[in-house]
Amino acid sequence: MSNPHPFVDIRHAQKSFGTLEVLKDISLQVDRGQIVAIIGPSGSGKSTLLRAINDLDPLTGGEIWLEDKQINKSLPYRQYEKNINDVRQEIGMVFQHFNLFPHLKVRENVTLAPKMLKGLSDTEANALAEEQLTKVGMIERIDYYPSQLSGGQKQRVAIARALAMKPKVMLFDEATSALDPELVEEVNLVMKKLAEEDMTMIIVTHEMGFAESVCDRVLFMDQGVVVEEGPPDVIFRNPKNERTRNFLRKHLAGAAS
Amino acid sequence: MDYELMQRVFPFFLEAAWITILLSVLTAVLGLICGILGTAARLSRFVVLRFLGAAYVSLFRGTPALIQLFILYFGGPQIGIQLDAFEAGVIGLGVNVGAYMTETMRGAIIAVDKGQAEAARTLGMSRWQAMRNVILPQAMRLMIRPLGVNLNALIKSTALVAAISVVELTYTAQRYIGSTYKPFEMFLIAGVLYMIIIYIVGVGVALADRKARIT
Repeated sequence: MSNPHPFVDIRHAQKSFGTLEVLKDISLQVDRGQIVAIIGPSGSGKSTLLRAINDLDPLTGGEIWLEDKQINKSLPYRQYEKNINDVRQEIGMVFQHFNLFPHLKVRENVTLAPKMLKGLSDTEANALAEEQLTKVGMIERIDYYPSQLSGGQKQRVAIARALAMKPKVMLFDEATSALDPELVEEVNLVMKKLAEEDMTMIIVTHEMGFAESVCDRVLFMDQGVVVEEGPPDVIFRNPKNERTRNFLRKHLAGAAS
Repeated sequence: MDYELMQRVFPFFLEAAWITILLSVLTAVLGLICGILGTAARLSRFVVLRFLGAAYVSLFRGTPALIQLFILYFGGPQIGIQLDAFEAGVIGLGVNVGAYMTETMRGAIIAVDKGQAEAARTLGMSRWQAMRNVILPQAMRLMIRPLGVNLNALIKSTALVAAISVVELTYTAQRYIGSTYKPFEMFLIAGVLYMIIIYIVGVGVALADRKARIT
């Protein structure tokens, strides 16, 4: 018997900027523990879709649900803020450019939100930070400032910061796209570890190899629609749609050169 | 140059310099308060407040400070505002420099990378929590130097209140010229004293900026 609510439920998502339609009626259900990759050319709307899930880029139509809570509910300002701030605590997000807080040390980057929003004491928050930073292999850098870290290290701290809120789902917005090639692997390893712990993840990525090895399901998006979706071996090895084939061919040619 | 005269009047200029410093400090404090209010208004989510903030800035940056002082000091009594010259000087200059400081502070806040607010909000922080804990600490560092520029301009603009007869440095120089007919010497003393005040403030700003950068 399946859950009446899918874990993350995107229903008929639409988004337009003026006359430009970025998302055209996209629906996506993600179950607990599932890992979904969203791939596609730039401008396909994949980042917009991901950022709509926690209402960073609000939709112009459609609904987003996390379990039994609607995220993009239209409410008076104060109620909307209360609702969205509560829901966002349950959704971790990792950005392409890390967005660590540069004025805070690694430790405080991780403890800031749990202390402020969950009322953790200093001791509890420190223990939490140490636990999360150990998980991402950054415990030795706990008293460094972000500016003293490499890109891969920054991204691992950013993942620890998101995990410290104990989110139910993690969103990754091209988490390795801004990294030097030799630093991609350390971040991928952390994400694989999360996958093994059955974290629900939605990953926008250009790393086809990673998507294939980690994800349960792959969505190929182009021009605001989901062109094709399915298990990774089908999408990557035997795509049915011409546009998917073209994209993968170009992408692999680009990656090889 | 009449050094003997310069020595004789110098103590009176020093006294006047204290008035200039007091005027500058009070004006700076009032300017900061106006600047904070103006910034809050300009970044508000309420359109009326945003409009009022923008109107404040364009009104006070778009007219000469001297005219603003004249309206307040000479025109004020006509509409029931009775201020002595010193009060009018502080309020007139403070509100004026507040408009410049509004733009300085707002500029520093919007110069903080958008991703910072996004990261904070994504963790579940409210708009204000993100502002207070993530944006403002970074914006403060960015605004030290430009606020120093505002402060520098402010100190020099205190010379304007001589025109409404506040006995500060410039007014004192003018008064002694009236009795000695030595404008070169008198303005030279005043100028050197302004320079010393501004130099010290400049060093203070540079130190504060360096300290903010290290931590």
